[in-house]
Formats: sequence, structure tokens, C-alpha cells
Amino acid sequence: MKALLILSDGTFFEGTNIGVAGTTTGEVVFNTSMTGYQEILTDPSYAGQIVALTYPLIGNYGINDDDNESINPQVAGFIVKEMCENPSNYRSDAAGDDYLKQYNIVGIQGIDVRALVKNLRDHGVMLGMVTTEHTVEEGLAILHNLPDYDSGAYARQVTTPRPYQWQQGEALKVQENKADNAPLHHTATAPPDQWEMPLEAGGRVVVLDYGTKFNILRSLRDRGLEVIVLPCTATPEEILQWQPDGILLSNGPGDPKALDEEVKNIQSLQQQNPNLPMFGICLGHQILGRAMGGETFKLKFGHRGANHPVKDLTTGKVHITTQNHGYAVQADSLPDDVEVTHLNLNDNTVEGLRHREKPVFSVQYHPEASPGPKDNAYLFDRFADLVKKKTEYP
Amino acid sequence: MVIGSGPIVIGQAAEFDYAGTQACQALREEGVSVVLVNSNPATIMTDVETADAVYIEPLTVSFVEQVIAKERPDGLLPSLGGQTGLNMAYRLAEAGILDKYNVELLGTPLESIKKAEDRDLFKETMKRLNQPVPESAIVVSMEEAKAFRDQIGYPLIIRPAYTLGGTGGGIAYNDKQLEQFVRSGLDRSLIHQILLERYLNGWKEVEYEVMRDGNDTCITICNMENFDPMGVHTGDSIVVAPSQTLSDKEYQMLRSASLEIIRGLGIEGGCNVQLALDPKSPQYYVIEVNPRVSRSSALASKATGYPIARVSAKIAIGFHLDEIPNAVTQKTLACFEPALDYCVVKIPRWPFDKFTTSDRRVTTQMKATGEVMSIDRSFESALMKALRSLEIGVYGLRSKGVGLLTEMEIEEKLRVPTDERIFIIAEAFRRGMMIEEVHDLTKVDCWFLQKIWHLIEMEQQLRNKPLDEFTPDLMRKAKKLGFNDHHLGELIGVKEPEIRARRKAMGIAPVYKMVDTCAGEFEAQTPYYYSCYETESE
Ligand SMILES: Nc1ncnc2c1ncn2[C@@H]1O[C@H](COP(=O)(O)OP(=O)(O)OP(=O)(O)O)[C@@H](O)[C@H]1O
Repeated sequence: MKALLILSDGTFFEGTNIGVAGTTTGEVVFNTSMTGYQEILTDPSYAGQIVALTYPLIGNYGINDDDNESINPQVAGFIVKEMCENPSNYRSDAAGDDYLKQYNIVGIQGIDVRALVKNLRDHGVMLGMVTTEHTVEEGLAILHNLPDYDSGAYARQVTTPRPYQWQQGEALKVQENKADNAPLHHTATAPPDQWEMPLEAGGRVVVLDYGTKFNILRSLRDRGLEVIVLPCTATPEEILQWQPDGILLSNGPGDPKALDEEVKNIQSLQQQNPNLPMFGICLGHQILGRAMGGETFKLKFGHRGANHPVKDLTTGKVHITTQNHGYAVQADSLPDDVEVTHLNLNDNTVEGLRHREKPVFSVQYHPEASPGPKDNAYLFDRFADLVKKKTEYP
Repeated sequence: MVIGSGPIVIGQAAEFDYAGTQACQALREEGVSVVLVNSNPATIMTDVETADAVYIEPLTVSFVEQVIAKERPDGLLPSLGGQTGLNMAYRLAEAGILDKYNVELLGTPLESIKKAEDRDLFKETMKRLNQPVPESAIVVSMEEAKAFRDQIGYPLIIRPAYTLGGTGGGIAYNDKQLEQFVRSGLDRSLIHQILLERYLNGWKEVEYEVMRDGNDTCITICNMENFDPMGVHTGDSIVVAPSQTLSDKEYQMLRSASLEIIRGLGIEGGCNVQLALDPKSPQYYVIEVNPRVSRSSALASKATGYPIARVSAKIAIGFHLDEIPNAVTQKTLACFEPALDYCVVKIPRWPFDKFTTSDRRVTTQMKATGEVMSIDRSFESALMKALRSLEIGVYGLRSKGVGLLTEMEIEEKLRVPTDERIFIIAEAFRRGMMIEEVHDLTKVDCWFLQKIWHLIEMEQQLRNKPLDEFTPDLMRKAKKLGFNDHHLGELIGVKEPEIRARRKAMGIAPVYKMVDTCAGEFEAQTPYYYSCYETESE
């Protein structure tokens, strides 16, 4: 079936439908990672976005149960050059197209993705539509009446509705429980009376779920930490009831400016408990940046890929990182007690921060990888050591 | 001083000339004056413009010493002239000539190179780095061979040490074969020694081109996957870049291993890591490491647009990756990992048309003397382009004579790879064999077979189609799959100009897209393009 990709600037592309027929709208963005389409599809940071992959041959190794980064696909729509009909990999359970259909995702293939990328690169990301139903004129009329992508508080849509404890290998259980809207371990936001840490755990981390990827939770649990995931709307009092040894501010979708409440909560948490270790990732980093007095701005077309060079200014070393963000912290907006620790070598934007006195740091990129290089996992070690009170700060 | 690679031999393409020339330019750009020594005048690097002084002299210690005595170079860069260049550097170092004239060895330390190239040191190093290598043993008798078999089981690969022409080895699946190959191997080996190793039957062969600078920053330039599974030398394999059948988990597992290795060896510059990956589990083995520019790095350079030899040369004189500009975008730095938005296919070019009586089987010893590479939006079209570029008189997946083979011969030729295997696979599909059957015989991943099957399906659809039934839709599909006008003409029985005229009347023409190292993310300044049937031309 024919499908159209229509951009709000009037550009359109004709291709064929993948996933289900219908219409979807969202901010159109591109990702240059050559592998990891399943991780990308299920990354909650893509809520509200139609994602185009620049690598032309997608779906080659199919879809499996283990590579999900959340309970189901999160993208608003999907754009590829060619979706593989007959995947080949021993772990593959399903073809990409069937997977999209199963979760009602509207997609398009066969378009000149490189032409699309150049348009977004030159003119910036914009709203767009993938449709099998509308003409270009109709599509544009709809697009022009949509609210700005920036105005959406997407994190509140994708966050967990209730607290849960992450256990390795339980991704599927989390999925089922979330999908059923059933309580996982308990219903209240506070821990039950007799809540105890697993015996071997060296500390408790509360993950504020702005749209966390499972691999952040896996990475923390792997380091011997108990992982409690709370809704991003949790108040400082609710968070502290869990008696956390550290707070992780997760990745997530949307503009940090749409999350004033969350920023205030972090500020108040820091005031009440200045020595609580905090680690922010991606949106979590932006929220932390705002909470510490900085400002954020929107990038023209964002950073999305698995090949971004980041320089650690504290060591002089360069790391290749996975990135997925459309906003960044403004370096010169930061107060004196906050230090910029990492820079992106492509455009010199801020990639990492730390507080000069408190055990608080954050990165704009994704140390949990998935997809992408695993070179930055050492950041989880650093955080785990702080949580277990092994290291003094800074 | 840069040492060239001497004469071109079987098993090499012109990769060292390409690398050496690039490196000389990169050094001179930095104001370094370059003395070049090579014994082979039929190269680009010995052109007078390439270096400040060019010596065409035999690559022996005494000749090179005279050049050193005369030119008094400050440093020697040996890693660009392949094995020849490295060996020369060793001998100069061992003979004390480098010390005598105070010449500093640039780039990767000799110690590191030894660790990669000496079999025992290499195994030891991999063990220290916790990187798995296939179990192997050097044996001198049948008894020892059988003891190793009892430990590992079949299949085993038997390789005699120091033979003339590499004969006498083979792959044993049972006792009879083991006895035969061990006996002949021991006989043929000049030192009466053979190497036994676990034979990784049907495993995927994958390569990573990685880079490291003096600041310990490591990056991957490109990974490549062999169409032919383990058992066919990479130089004799059809290769795609990037890998096609690896999930992100597999890709990253092997990438991390490769970076671990380049760090562990302490290489400064480019390095090639060959790995074998089990198609049915996450198990892998490290097969070989080339601690220098190689045939694969030349391919990776062309495939990605990332100038590996150039950047290696800059690293050798002390630059860090984040101090070297990306020559393609001119805005970003050489410190990043290229993102491809196209598919690259390499096919080896064998000299069997010149050596008509030679054994055409392709095995663990390289026989190719060159290669072609193509770029397109899909695997199918890139493969078709590459086949045409071989200049062996084929325009697609049909080569002369395959139509005459019996079914038995087809099966045999699927099982035992030769230079013609790609055409045999196509013929098998023409005759109605199933993908699974061909996979069982060849062990080629079904993803690749599926694509060839797809091409044959199109070929059947096109065959003998009357010209006036050639709709624009069908024409576009055929062009996107890489059928050129000549081939289309052959299939439907008309002359090439007629097809071309019809295609042009339909307004179907190729466009040109840029190879920019970054999948369009940044503007690029480069004169490097490939044709494809898309909408926007650059
Ligand atoms: N254990 C094995 N099982 C199956 N195939 C193997 C094994 N070891 C090597 N091979 C095959 O043999 C080829 C050559 O192996 P290797 O690169 O180790 O040999 P080499 O003689 O050092 O080659 P080079 O010319 O690259 O220096 C590999 O590309 C691979 O296909």
C-alpha cells in the first residue's frame, strides 16, 4: 500500500506502508546508528517522534524478546529505506514489519531517507505525518493545527504509573504488569512496612522514571544495587520514604522546560538532603542542569546516533557515545558551583556536568548504550561507588 | 623515512601503495619532509611528487642503511609497507642501524607488533586479555595429533608449518581424513611440524578496523562481514560493510573485544581484528590481528571515506585523534566513528583466467590478486555493480558454463567453494533449489542467500518479457535491484541501446549520492559519489 511522509514545511515523500495503515503525527527526527533498531523503537525517549533510520537495510536480524528497552515500541512512527522481510539471526522471533503491526505503529519504507535527512539537517527537525489516508493538502492542514512538540510533557505519559522494584530478567513481567495496569509489588507510592533491601545489595537507588531504558536499570542492578523505579511525578517526601542511598534521573522524551514540577522536586530534594548522590542521564541531566540553575535550549536537529565523540575534560580522553537528545544545557547559564565536565567534539555542546561540592553529576549521552558502544559503562561504576559510599566527592 | 612494500605478490592488491601514498601526503602536510624507499618503481608512491626524496633501491639492510646514512632521517615509519616494511624495520633495529644513526621508530612499538604477529606471543597476549582464540596445538607425530583430537573433537584444520606452496593440509571430519592429512602434512613440512586447530565450521567471519592514538583514545572505523563463512580467507571472500546479520548486542560485543585488543597490544595507528562468531550463540573467537594498515584497511577506507593511512601517519608523529580534522566534512574531527548510509560489497578478483590450470578452490590461503568494491543503497544492487566491475565478461549473476552443469556438479560446487560460487548459488536458485538447501551446503547466511534468491526471482520475471510490457514500475524495480541496461537487454533479447532509450523515455535515470562518513548528518566537502536509483541527486 502507498504511504506518504509529509513534513510541515510542505516537503513530502512517497513510499510504501510498513506496520499498520493509518495516520500518525509527530516530530520527525533521524538516527544514524547502523544497528539497534529494536532498542531504538522501544526507547521511551522517542515518544511523540517519528524516527527515520539513516542506515538503509533495517530488520535484518529480526526482533527478539531480550533487546527491548521498554515494554513496547514507543516511537510515534517509523521511517526506513528497506525493511527486511526475512530476517536471519538465531535470536529472531519476529520480522520488523510484523512487530510494528502487532503494536499498531504506522511506518513507511522506500523513500529517499538521505534526502529527508538533508532537509532536517538544513532546516531543523519539524512536525510531520506518515499516512495512508490523507492527501498532502489534508496532511498539511492537520499538521498546522497541531500543538508544538516542545509543549508536550511526554515524560509524564511514559513514566511508570506506580513504583516497582527492578529484578534482572524481569523485563517481561514489568511489561505485563504495566500493560494490565496491575500493581507489581504493592499499590501505595510509599514502601510497605517491612520493605527490606535484597541481602546482597550494597545500596538502594531510586530511579526517577522520566522514560527510562531498561538497560539503565540492568546496569545498576548488575553493580549490586537495589533498584526502585518511581513515577517521575513522585514528590521529594515520597522519594525519601524509600530511604534511597542514591537517585538516578533517567532519560526520557521531550523538552525539559515542560517539566517545571519535576525540576522543583529535584531542587527541594537537594535542599533536604544535599549529600544524596545523584546521577542524571539525558533528560535527567537536563533536569538536573535546570535544578542547579542552568538553562536549556533546543538543538537544530539534535544528536541521535551511536558515534558521537565526547571529550571528558577532567581526563582529556575522548569516548564514543550513544546519543539521543534534541535539547542541551547552555554552558554559560550555569552557576559557579557547577562544572562542565564533558563536551561534544562535533559541536562543542555540553555533554556532562558535576557539582563542585555535592556528589551530583550527569551526562547528556547514554552510558547504558543499547544500542551503541559500551565504552561509558564506567560512569555506572562511579555512581555505584558513590552510592555504596566508597568514594568521597568530588 | 617511509619504507614501501616492494613488489606486489599474490595475496596483495595495491593496498600498500594506496596507504603509503596517502601517508606521505599526510606527513608533508604537517611540514615533515619525507624520504621514501621502495624497490618497486611501478607504484604511485614512487612518483616524484609523493615524497621529498624517492629512492628506488633493493629493500635490503645494506641498501637501506646507505639511504639512512645519506638522508639522516629523524624517524622511521614502518607500518605502511605491509609485512615487507615491518620486516625491514625489524632487521634495521636488530642490526643496530637505527640506534647508530639515531632514527626513532614511529607509530606502534616493535614489541607490540611482535605480540600480534608471533603465534605464541599472540595467544599468550589474548589469554591475558581474556580474549578467546581457537584451541590449537603444534604437533610432530600422529600420536600427538590424536591426543589433541581426543581433547577437542572434530572438525579440525591441519596446517603444515613451513611448506613450499602451503600444500599438505586440510580439514578433517573423521579419523580417516585426520590420518591422511596429518601424514601428508608432516611429510610436506620442512620442519616436520603441523598445526592442528579447531575448525570453526560455518561460523561467521567478521572484521573490525580500529584505531588508537597515544592518548589511548580508541575508535572503530568500520566493521565488515564475510559472505563466505570461516574457511575461506577474507581476501578470497565476498565482503560486505557494515555487517548485515549482526544485532547490536553482537556488533558491540565484537567491537568491545577489538578495542580491548588494540589497547592491550598498545598499537598506535590502525589495526585490523578478525573474529569468528558462532551463528547460533554469542560465542566468538579472535582469529588474527594485523597491527598495521592492511588490505582490509584499504577497503574500510574506501568503504567509509575515512582515510585510515592518513590518520595513522598523523598519529605516528604524535597527533591525537581529536587534533586531526575530518578531511571529508572539514568541520568535525577524525575522532568519531563513521556512519554509513549505504551498503558496500567487495568481490575478490582471481587470476585464474591467466593461470588456467590452477586449482580454483578457495581455502584458508589467499589466491586473489585484486578486488573490486561497489556502493549502493541495497545489497542486491551493490552486488550486481561489483560483479560487473570484475571485467570477467559478466553483467549479472550468470557466468558462462554454469547452465551446463549437472545437479550433482552444482551440489558439489556449493559444498566446496571456488571463485565461481556466487554464480553457482544463483544457478541453484534458477533450478529451483530452496534457500535452506543451499544454506546447508554452503553455510552462507540465509540473509545473503535470500538476497540472491530475490535477484533470481526478478531475473525470471524479466526473462523474455516483450519490450512493450516493460512498465515504468517494473523498470524502476529492476534498476533499483542493480540490473544494468546491457543485462536487461540480454534477458529480454533486445540490444542495450533500445533498453536505454526506453528507460530514458520513462524518465528513469540514476542520481548520485555522497560518501560523507556521517550519513548526511553534517555537510561534507568531498568529490566521492556513488550512483543509485533514488530521487535526490547531490
Ligand atoms: N580455526 C579455523 N577454522 C576455520 N577457518 C579458519 C580457522 N582459522 C582460520 N581460518 C580461515 O583461514 C583464513 C586465514 O586465516 P589467518 O588469517 O589466520 O591466516 P594467515 O595465513 O595468517 O592469513 P593472512 O594472509 O591474513 O596473514 C581466515 O580468513 C579464515 O577464513
